[in-house]
Amino acid sequence: MATAMMRLSQLREYLPTLLGDALLSERVEFGELTCEIACKDIKTVCQKLKDHKNAQFDQLIDLCGMDYSSYGEEDDVLSGSGTQNATSWPGSRYAVVYHLLSLNHNFRIRLRTQLDSEPPTVESIIDIWPAANWFEREAFDLLGIIFTGHPDLRRLLTDYGFIGHPFRKDFPLSGQVEMRYDKEQGRVIYQPVTIEPRTLVPRTIRKDTSKP
Amino acid sequence: MAEIRNYTMNFGPQHPAAHGVLRIIMEMDGEVIERCDPHIGLLHRGTEKLAESKPYNQSIGYMDRLDYVSMMCNEHAYVLAIEKMLGVIPPIRAQYIRVFFDEITRILNHCLWLGAHALDIGAMTVFLYCFREREDLMDCYEAVSGARMHATYYRPGGVYRDLPDQMPKYAPTKRHSEAQTKARNADREGSLLDFVEAFTDRFPGYVDEYETLLSDNRIWKQRTVDIGVVTPERAKALGFTGAMLRGCGVEWDLRKKQPYAVYEKMDFDIPVGTNGDCYDRYLVRVEEMRQSNRIIKQCIDWLRKNPGPVIVDDHKLIPPSRENMKGDMESLIHHFKLFTEGYCVPAGEAYAAIEHPKGEFGIYLVSDGANKPYRIKIRAPGFPHLAALHEMSQGHMLADMVAIIGSLDIVFGEIDR
Repeated sequence: MATAMMRLSQLREYLPTLLGDALLSERVEFGELTCEIACKDIKTVCQKLKDHKNAQFDQLIDLCGMDYSSYGEEDDVLSGSGTQNATSWPGSRYAVVYHLLSLNHNFRIRLRTQLDSEPPTVESIIDIWPAANWFEREAFDLLGIIFTGHPDLRRLLTDYGFIGHPFRKDFPLSGQVEMRYDKEQGRVIYQPVTIEPRTLVPRTIRKDTSKP
Repeated sequence: MAEIRNYTMNFGPQHPAAHGVLRIIMEMDGEVIERCDPHIGLLHRGTEKLAESKPYNQSIGYMDRLDYVSMMCNEHAYVLAIEKMLGVIPPIRAQYIRVFFDEITRILNHCLWLGAHALDIGAMTVFLYCFREREDLMDCYEAVSGARMHATYYRPGGVYRDLPDQMPKYAPTKRHSEAQTKARNADREGSLLDFVEAFTDRFPGYVDEYETLLSDNRIWKQRTVDIGVVTPERAKALGFTGAMLRGCGVEWDLRKKQPYAVYEKMDFDIPVGTNGDCYDRYLVRVEEMRQSNRIIKQCIDWLRKNPGPVIVDDHKLIPPSRENMKGDMESLIHHFKLFTEGYCVPAGEAYAAIEHPKGEFGIYLVSDGANKPYRIKIRAPGFPHLAALHEMSQGHMLADMVAIIGSLDIVFGEIDR
């Protein structure tokens, strides 16, 4: 473990020369290295990280989309409705987060790229790691992020004919439609949800527990 | 002569060999698979979205329901991620108990996998044998948590309570006389540790029984050898982890390479395959059961000798005892705050991964400082494995599809989330 941490700090020192301008910032938190990468460079960065002998990230462990639109929001307990912002996310609304693993060097890296365009668009990395195939389809399905160059960007997890992107923060928890059997029509139909959305435990941010 | 054309075939979602609700659209050339497109999501519950609307502790139960045959391992990754962000280190005894139950869970998982896989390929007996062992291990779950499957036993900061001193016993019934009942209760006279120790003494013999039925069985080998071959390079690129990766000959096990809990103190070996076919993956998993048995034995030894606390003593995280709550004002306030609001996790992000029976199970947790997670991404090991199904099955016969799906060890609770 100790040597893996040492190698990780070596990689960290080496990253600016390897990635150049594409590396916007980097930091280590809980022993994990996180790099912010410019959106247009993500594919070349991934290729370099995979091929370079000091990196050798041969596995894409995870890829996920992020929606930061309600970051730092609290439920307003006093008025009982609405939300208030304690802090807000400094970057753009959507981001894609990649977790890479190097089996040879036994270290991990996290890349984040923020997406400014509307609809959020980023280049697919399916040519570098074929494992990205379903991960990108999932991010497209749940958050509506478009991966250019993906050969088969279809919905993956939601229902056939589903409308909307459920993991966006403005999509209600109880959804938009519900299904039931209609006796008169003799088939299963969709109708708007009848569930009242409610909050059991309000979202609260306590300042005294945040980091010093 | 009639023109021969490819035709499309539907497999599942209600099919005993689909291991849940998998639907595959296959393009067939005669009986050879040309292309296959798995349709998943039929069990999608939006666990990650649900977790965003609940305080941290209330989602532990959802983790059990992800991979519903290796419940406590899922919980382990989740509590590790929270502990990492809170900077909490659970007591050493709690870490041993976690390793102990992780390995019990691994045997539970592999027994189900082996039984179901063998049943798919036509060996009925293995299924019955495996479920006999699962019964004993589920009794351990029940003794420690009260639930046979969805335990919710691991908590941020430790485990919910210490191991029980006695095991539940059978009572005589119309079908079982006093003497028979006494024989059934023979292993249950002592504590949970005694019960598991008796199990670990029996278990290697049981694994021998499975191997007698399968390892040199002609039909078994015809159905699995050289089926679904994956090269090590391809396995890495496709995101394989766990037994799927080790079956290809890559020696990679997070318990050894990036140890968590007390795995670095455990003595065990990592089995690896050579060919990367279904048969090698079978051998790897069977050997893993024997290694898990070794680890459990070491944990029992340690747990017997070292009593101690099993959860941290911090009432911002852990509810105070019922007794204190009734008499002590501060305890009452802690109790009230914890159950109405929960605890806040400092803003930041963390990824915690464990060696789950199926591969690398990871939790990517993002917090904005609130009492609920801002975003959770569950990295399910079965997800990239199933994504590679097309590549593994191309050019194989239809019947091999069943063998390949079986050897992937997929569970839809975690793939669909």
